[in-house]
Amino acid sequence: MSKMKVLGVSLAALIAVGCSSNSTTDSQAQAEAEAAAAAAAAQAEADRRAAAEAAAAAEARAIEAEKNSLETVFYFAFDESALSPATRSALDAMAAYLKKTNGSIRLEGHADERGSREYNMALGERRAKAVANYLSIQGVDRSRFDIISYGEERPVMMGHSEGSWSKNRRAEVKL
Amino acid sequence: MRTLLLCVVMLLSSVARAELTIEITQGQDNPVSIAVVPFANNATEVSEDIHGIVSADLYRSGRFAPLPAYDMLSQPHTAAEVFYNEWRAVAVEYVLIGRLANDGFGRLRASVELFDVLRQSMIMEFSVDGGPLEQRDIAHAISDAVFEKLTGMPGAFSTKIAYVSGRNEFGAGSVSYNNRLMIADVDGARERQLLESSQPILSPAWSPDATKIAYVSFEDGRPAIYIYDLATNMRQKVTSFPGLNSAPAWSPDGRYLAMVLSKSGNPDIYVLDLESRQLRQMTRHYGIDTEPSWLPDGLALVFTSDRAGQPQIYQVDMATGYEERLTFDGNYNARARVLLDGSGIVLIHRSEGYLDYHIALQNVERGTIKVLSTTVLDESPTVAPNGSTVLYATRDGGRGILAAVSVDGNVKYNIPSNARDVREPAWSPYISDHKFFLKK
Repeated sequence: MSKMKVLGVSLAALIAVGCSSNSTTDSQAQAEAEAAAAAAAAQAEADRRAAAEAAAAAEARAIEAEKNSLETVFYFAFDESALSPATRSALDAMAAYLKKTNGSIRLEGHADERGSREYNMALGERRAKAVANYLSIQGVDRSRFDIISYGEERPVMMGHSEGSWSKNRRAEVKL
Repeated sequence: MRTLLLCVVMLLSSVARAELTIEITQGQDNPVSIAVVPFANNATEVSEDIHGIVSADLYRSGRFAPLPAYDMLSQPHTAAEVFYNEWRAVAVEYVLIGRLANDGFGRLRASVELFDVLRQSMIMEFSVDGGPLEQRDIAHAISDAVFEKLTGMPGAFSTKIAYVSGRNEFGAGSVSYNNRLMIADVDGARERQLLESSQPILSPAWSPDATKIAYVSFEDGRPAIYIYDLATNMRQKVTSFPGLNSAPAWSPDGRYLAMVLSKSGNPDIYVLDLESRQLRQMTRHYGIDTEPSWLPDGLALVFTSDRAGQPQIYQVDMATGYEERLTFDGNYNARARVLLDGSGIVLIHRSEGYLDYHIALQNVERGTIKVLSTTVLDESPTVAPNGSTVLYATRDGGRGILAAVSVDGNVKYNIPSNARDVREPAWSPYISDHKFFLKK
């Protein structure tokens, strides 16, 4: 709609310029026509920019909405780093999102409190790496991953039974 | 007269408010009955209850039952005042008496005598000197000497522990973390804070000369291994490779630091030469290899690996790199520490159950495992330098506490904190700054 209008104005300006170029006497009319053409071109550029910005903003809102819909915490069985089918499908959506973005992606691995602390530190790293491996297979550039394990040092649930442990055995993607 | 001179370099820069207390949960069946008679005090500026500390030390060992002062028929201060019949009447086997005096050079001297009631004879006579800030050291030195005389085993009362104390605040939708690296006397007294951070602190390890502590800290946002010098309060970052920097362990000669790095892709055991800074990779396996601990001769390392599917203990020879599996009993064996005489390995052991992580002792020759602790969710065992006792971390209700069990399983005590979770204990070697000069 606005493009059509711009085109019309530009055409009128061109005709005006063409007419005045044939005239050798009316220099004032020529200047006016040139000014009108310049104004029309500036308006066209501004409108084009506004349209691009609106489109970009719409796309950013869409990506933000996509980001907000993503699962970012993934849970594991005891002493395991295997990804569940549910985690895999959630990571497919994560990968699709990440491929539209740039920059580093922080992956945190965690364990529950059972067993030794340093073994759990290694287990947390293995869980974060399992997520990184899956995402990279889905096309996310591996060099973007920033992997850190907290072992059992950062529980999100304070209880000492499976109800809390199952929530603490996790990998988190920090978006 | 034999004199035991005590010289201690005091390291105390800041003494934190006491966090740790001690509760005996199980003693030996037939502890030795001893009377630690309140000492005569002829000295000025005595602020510590020296005989009380001796009595508490002996009690905590689980091998002694000190007679309460109110049950003593008399309180002798000299050999001439000791009447054996009185002590036999209250079934006391040994009597310790003592006198405190200033030595004229600004130091305190405790002169003590130990009597065998059955044999009706004095079996030990010595004195211990120390500065005004060394009163607890004087007491622990007396305990060490008495313990060794009566058990044949050196005492470990003059040693220290390092540990991590933490507090997690679970709020609505967020958790805040606070961690402190601490050291304290082995009886929980004279706590000193080395480091405080909102980031994780793990795996404190004493150097063999007890002058430094290696540990893992995330204070820069990533794990790094640091060495803290207790005399200077200076610390240095040793490694901060990409990935894990974890589980530092000093070689017996103090020259090397074994550690876990995952810079090559997965966690393996490495050994860093602290002089040349050369790094040597000891294990190469796609499984988790972690928690190295040196054999007393420094010729091999034991470590935890899940290469067989579950964590088990393995050993790697320093010269040949030859690896062998050591544990087969149980479905979770981890975090091994080798006894100083090489006869056994203390570890975290689970044979069944969700919670049943116990401290156990594996006999190296026979390969048999004996469970020592009756608590659950046990971790981080560390052995006293005299080999008598294992200190470890466990849970009591919602709290993280330290607990101890004798290697024969007969004596147990808890060391809870009054307000915070305590974990990751590391028992110091004998403190070499404590120099004893025996003289006639």
